[in-house]
Amino acid sequence: MIGIEHYVVVSSILFVLGVLGIFLNRKNVIVILMAIELILLAVNINLVAFSAFLQDLTGQVFAMFVLTVAAGEAAVGLAILVIYFRGRGTIAVDSVNRMKG
Amino acid sequence: MTSILFIVFLPLLASLVAGLGNRAIGNVAAKSVTTGALFVSCALSWPIFIGFLTGSAEAGVTPVLHWVQSGTMTFDWALRVDTLTAVMLVVITTVSALVHLYSWGYMAEDPDQPRFFAYLSLFTFAMLMLVTADNLVQMFFGWEGVGLASYLLIGFWFRKPSASAAAIKAFVVNRVGDLGFMMGIFGTYLVFQTVSIPEILAAAPGMAGSTIGFLGYRFDTMTVLCILLFIGAMGKSAQLGLHTWLPDAMEGPTPVSALIHAATMVTAGVFMVCRLSPMFEASPVALGFVTVIGAATCFFAATVGTTQWDIKRVIAYSTCSQLGYMFFAAGVGAYGAAMFHLFTHAFFKALLFLGAGSVIHAMHHEQDMRYYGALRKHIPLTFWAMMAGTLAITGVGVLGVFGFAGFYSKDAILEAAFGSGTELGRIAFWAGIAAALMTSFYSWRLVFLTFFGKARWAGSEHIQHAVHDDHHEADHAHAHGGHGDGEDGTAGYHPHESPLSMLVPLGVLALGAIFAGSVFHHDFISEGSGPFWQGSLVFSEHLIHELHDVPLWVKLAPFTVMALGLLIAWYAYLKNTDFPRKFVDQFRVLHQFVYRKWYFDELYDLIFVKPAFWLGRVFWKAGDVGVIDRFGPDGAAWVVARGTDVARKVQSGYLYSYALVMLLGLVGAVSWIMAG
Repeated sequence: MIGIEHYVVVSSILFVLGVLGIFLNRKNVIVILMAIELILLAVNINLVAFSAFLQDLTGQVFAMFVLTVAAGEAAVGLAILVIYFRGRGTIAVDSVNRMKG
Repeated sequence: MTSILFIVFLPLLASLVAGLGNRAIGNVAAKSVTTGALFVSCALSWPIFIGFLTGSAEAGVTPVLHWVQSGTMTFDWALRVDTLTAVMLVVITTVSALVHLYSWGYMAEDPDQPRFFAYLSLFTFAMLMLVTADNLVQMFFGWEGVGLASYLLIGFWFRKPSASAAAIKAFVVNRVGDLGFMMGIFGTYLVFQTVSIPEILAAAPGMAGSTIGFLGYRFDTMTVLCILLFIGAMGKSAQLGLHTWLPDAMEGPTPVSALIHAATMVTAGVFMVCRLSPMFEASPVALGFVTVIGAATCFFAATVGTTQWDIKRVIAYSTCSQLGYMFFAAGVGAYGAAMFHLFTHAFFKALLFLGAGSVIHAMHHEQDMRYYGALRKHIPLTFWAMMAGTLAITGVGVLGVFGFAGFYSKDAILEAAFGSGTELGRIAFWAGIAAALMTSFYSWRLVFLTFFGKARWAGSEHIQHAVHDDHHEADHAHAHGGHGDGEDGTAGYHPHESPLSMLVPLGVLALGAIFAGSVFHHDFISEGSGPFWQGSLVFSEHLIHELHDVPLWVKLAPFTVMALGLLIAWYAYLKNTDFPRKFVDQFRVLHQFVYRKWYFDELYDLIFVKPAFWLGRVFWKAGDVGVIDRFGPDGAAWVVARGTDVARKVQSGYLYSYALVMLLGLVGAVSWIMAG
């Protein structure tokens, strides 16, 4: 029987993968965007799993919102990326350090 | 007696006006205000003095302000006027007023005249506070004020390093004496529970014979107090050991030398000893100490005076020597004679200094007597003034007929020293006689070198500069053609007599130098002088009696050695001018020893100055730089710099590291809340 614990474990693994994807990634900004998607999906799995488990629809409604926001975020992120690539000619993460004081 | 308020505070007011107004009010206004104030003070002082002379005036105290009230200690600002103060008042205000006037001419080309006159007036005010003091603390105020003003005036030309160094030296050496004076005041308060001078003097005889713990031993109370106070007097009056500042103080402008280092400030020590004479009378040991120091200074300074070439330096050592006379007079108990010599000395020494200033003025700031000579015809008025001064200081006079000022006062001191009958008195007498011989020698040497003989001006750089400038301006030399420069030793230079503002003070002081002795000796030091002093100092009728009963040869001795000194000077510097050189060659070591001022400066340099500098350097390099700076400011700066180096690395600019920190922070915060 697949219980709530399995869902939570999977979503936790996905969440940690996403976080690590942000921090350990030195190559590519697109990978960061993908990692953020991964984090959001991990959250969605949690929301849906608990919604089913607790017999409460609110969680599933919330998951729909998250998907929407994630789509918007991906669109905006990719747009920024394109502009950035046009300006700098690269999207390597190591060269994106203009915030250095 | 409200006039005393004007006498004392007018100079202060004038000093403030001139000093604070400075360039805003201009030279003439500053000079007029200060000089005017001093002449008013002077004019108000003489009636007080004459009042005491005629016996119509009585000692009194004029209160000014409340000062300190702390526990049992109470004292006020108050101006005390008695005979002793009246004598000092006329000396100070007269000499000071004349020096102010003289400075109009002498300092005419100086760019900082208001400052100079402000300092002069400030000095006069401080000195007046000193002599009118009713308690020891007020006396100390004047004492320090005088020290400050002398520092400012010696260092008046502060751009000249030697003047600056001399000013510091004068201040530091005076501080050594001041330490003694301060400890004397503290000790006096400890013993008498008051700083009021009349109360102390009244109680002093009763304290004779008691003992006090000092430096872990038990000493006679009055001896300790008097010697401490006398150390203060030694510093201010340039007595042997603390005398080194006085000759160096000649770096100041010449009017300053006349005012401070001859007539007034250096007499503060003598005044103090006379003012506190009942205290000193209570301690024979302290009196002996005063006698010995006075006699030693008198002899020492006279020897040095015989060898110096700088005209001001000769007179400076002469001052030192004359102060020695005053002190050993006080030491043998003849306070009246000490004050009388102070009084006459002020006139003729100020005269000599101002005369020397006039010579220096005429000789274009040349001070070396080797480059003088034959000035008698060129500056006759200065010559006659200097003659009056020299006759006065060497003590020319005929017993019972007439004498110049020094004749009465110096002879009285010598006779008192002899007449006191003590062993130390005899020693002081012989030291004084030897010093009188040398005084006569160096005074006449100064006159002969300066005013007689052949002109030796050509060797002087100052004169050459002056002549050189003249030639550029007028081209006189070529007009004279072959009438060569320098053949007669004048280098074509024409000395000019000083302006009237300088000659008038010389004339007035010359009158003082000629008549001060004969007019006032009856009042100051005769058997009937007791009423004149009105108990303002210890006046021993007995000693005066002894003084008049000394053997005839004692009375004639000063005159004899004076004539001898004159003869030697005449022979060595006019008759046989090779003689000094031969003599020096014969006694090279002795001459060098004396010429080098007995190596006092070198000795002090070795014992005090060098170690002080060394210690200062140690504290600076090892203590301040090595420890305080290293672990203090520098250390803190180092920590901050290294810390920021680390902190700077955190701000890498990479988004992901910021995000990581945020996440860690969030996790931390959440854990904190959940755990709490």
